[in-house]
Amino acid sequence: MCLAVPMKVEQVEGNPEDFTSEQLATVNLDGISKKVRLDVVDRWPEVGDYVIVHAGFAIHSLVEEEAKKNIELIKELASHMPEELLLGGDGS
Amino acid sequence: MSDKTILLDHGSGGLASQELIRSLFLKYLDNEVLRGLEDSAVLTNQAGNLVFTTDSYVVDPLFFPGGDIGKLAVHGTINDLAMRGGRPLCLSLGLILEEGLALDELEKIIISVAEASSSSGVPIVTGDTKVVPKGKADKCFINTSGIGLVDPALSLSSKNGKAGDVVILSGSMGDHGITIMTRRAGIALEGNLRSDTAPLHRLVERVLTGFPSAVRTFRDPTRGGVATTLNEIAEASGLCIELEEERLPIKAEVRAACEILGLEPLYLANEGKCLAVVDGEAADDIVSLMRDTDEGREAVIIGRLTAGKAGRVLINTPIGGARVVTPLHGEPLPRIC
Amino acid sequence: MKHIDEYRDSALVRPLVDELKNSLTRPVRLMEVCGTHTMSIFRSGIRTILPEGMEIVSGPGCPVCVTSASHMDVFIQMAELDHVRVAIFGDLFRVPGSNGSLANASSRGAKVDVVYSPMDGLELARKNPDDLVVFLGVGFETTTPGIGATILAAAREDIDNFCVFSTHKVIPGPLEALMGDPELKINALLCPGHVSAIIGAGAYQPLVDKFGLACVVAGFEPADLLKGLILLARQVSSGKPQVENIYPRVVSWEGNRRAQAMLEEIFEPVDMEWRGLGMLPRSGLAIRDKYARFDAEKRLDITVIKVEEPKGCLCGAILKGRNTPPECPLFKSRCTPAMPIGPCMVSSEGTCAAYYKYGQDS
Repeated sequence: MCLAVPMKVEQVEGNPEDFTSEQLATVNLDGISKKVRLDVVDRWPEVGDYVIVHAGFAIHSLVEEEAKKNIELIKELASHMPEELLLGGDGS
Repeated sequence: MSDKTILLDHGSGGLASQELIRSLFLKYLDNEVLRGLEDSAVLTNQAGNLVFTTDSYVVDPLFFPGGDIGKLAVHGTINDLAMRGGRPLCLSLGLILEEGLALDELEKIIISVAEASSSSGVPIVTGDTKVVPKGKADKCFINTSGIGLVDPALSLSSKNGKAGDVVILSGSMGDHGITIMTRRAGIALEGNLRSDTAPLHRLVERVLTGFPSAVRTFRDPTRGGVATTLNEIAEASGLCIELEEERLPIKAEVRAACEILGLEPLYLANEGKCLAVVDGEAADDIVSLMRDTDEGREAVIIGRLTAGKAGRVLINTPIGGARVVTPLHGEPLPRIC
Repeated sequence: MKHIDEYRDSALVRPLVDELKNSLTRPVRLMEVCGTHTMSIFRSGIRTILPEGMEIVSGPGCPVCVTSASHMDVFIQMAELDHVRVAIFGDLFRVPGSNGSLANASSRGAKVDVVYSPMDGLELARKNPDDLVVFLGVGFETTTPGIGATILAAAREDIDNFCVFSTHKVIPGPLEALMGDPELKINALLCPGHVSAIIGAGAYQPLVDKFGLACVVAGFEPADLLKGLILLARQVSSGKPQVENIYPRVVSWEGNRRAQAMLEEIFEPVDMEWRGLGMLPRSGLAIRDKYARFDAEKRLDITVIKVEEPKGCLCGAILKGRNTPPECPLFKSRCTPAMPIGPCMVSSEGTCAAYYKYGQDS
């Protein structure tokens, strides 16, 4: 149940601290725009950020550094793969 | 007109019907044959084989970016004639209207029919109107039937495909299907999506004039999209069709809307595009010719027929793999899985 | 499309195909447990370039497909009530219960609305004050927080004619139960991408600790999938299983705390029946009493009647990779894509549906 797409934030409404406010972002993907809910997004996005949108809800705010790291990790060849980059915060 | 909505009386054949015909239909669709208001139209002195087709239009909403039910009804039937190489002669226009339909809306539809008919050069020569009680029809249903002429020497058919033939698509895919889908309540998306409804008879005529023996068949990929139509061609020809995923022409906004809703452009309806299966040798030249026309300005080669598993349609993916493209079982629906 | 096209780029993707071949030194039998992974693996054509020695088994990852026939029957029952309007994700429309689908019910006059978001379901409630709108809740942790937020919105606006029937399920517990099966010969797990955005990559650590399972969290584009497979192959080759995250642009170790809090606020764990797998303990989510007003099961006083699994259906074993579709007595004879019986055929890319369509060849 995972269909979700990255969309660019063009406008943000509402207050992350105030749950009675309408928490909405207007997002855009190649000219298609939609208003999505921010009730369950992990980090409050800013205009220009990308959010991952699933069923009308933003479920994650993309951080540019993480996106760059992702590409680098994929490009890295076997012998050069730095293990620390892949393991989680708790490490093992 | 004194009434603002369609009433049952308008379909009864009496004075109310006649007033509707004169003040609406004849006002916009006027031509010598229709003006006669006879029971049938007589077409005199025609030469060649007759091509005959019929189609009904029940699209909801009635009006959408890029067109409306009226335009669709004219173009769709013209295209069915053209796909067999027919030169369209004339159309019939049958309306089933729901009691309570706003006359303004009907007028807009008829104006659109008139515009499409006149700019395509294909007149409406006979028609009929029925009105059913509220709730028995969804606003407006249209049937158009068409007659055309085709050169007896020409016999285009999906069965004609040969290994080595090339598949051309006259332009971007999925435009109409995604536009209609995103007009539905509960699935609305904002953006520059537009139906591609257009008549293709001029494009077909130019290609057939330039390359009289290179074309095996034309098909317009309406319901079920390019995927379903290609499956029909592969089945009829007893061959395999291989597509190149990277060659498929899809507009950026159509691709984006499909990504969001989980839809595949290959399965979405097209109302202004055609597939052409042609002799491999002539393919590039045919594409150039198509690109020289309005309707075919984005024509591109998307695949070819091979002697693989008969009836199968394969698509070669950018990673160097492949997958099978099966025909559509039912209406495409947005998904989250 | 930014953050998508880069991962489809041939220049990035083609070298990965070779790298996959080179990384495979020991046999890998991996399971994927995400319906979207099933679809994207198929779409990308990866199955046709998979090197010898690597096998992909489709597990119970499509939440629509593991919705039990008993629940489908209840859905249809509710849809047929006067003054009830059901709002659904499109995926549910053709899934059969023991006697037809919502599509069949719709053709008989039931009010069934396909929506993109549960919030669209709430809008239907606002627009149709005379109907009780029931949103049919299916989905794993990616989807459930949004349903929770919708319930909160309904509460804030005091919308009385909206409720949710929750058949939402969770991933980690059932995965552990599945992996604990000694007959399951899986040595690697392709972890779901967007469920992990919510629950965090750390959720799979117990699978490494208890079963020595190689785990990689991966996205859905060709580059993501290929790299995920490469990392799994390397883990198996090295004999050092761990949880690796090759989807850091979306997934973190802890996951989405705000969404997790939403789940905790609205839902509580319950035992739930999975089509093909039977009742799994604490595998589902029910709406807490605090929000009973928005719980369709309570409002409509519904009793879920257990429907017997059709005799002979081998989905359970197939989902565990123990059997192949041709070994099921119902395959092709009574169970087809047009008339599916179990989840493996309900899902258009489930193991049985795939076998049916493509046979053994590709």
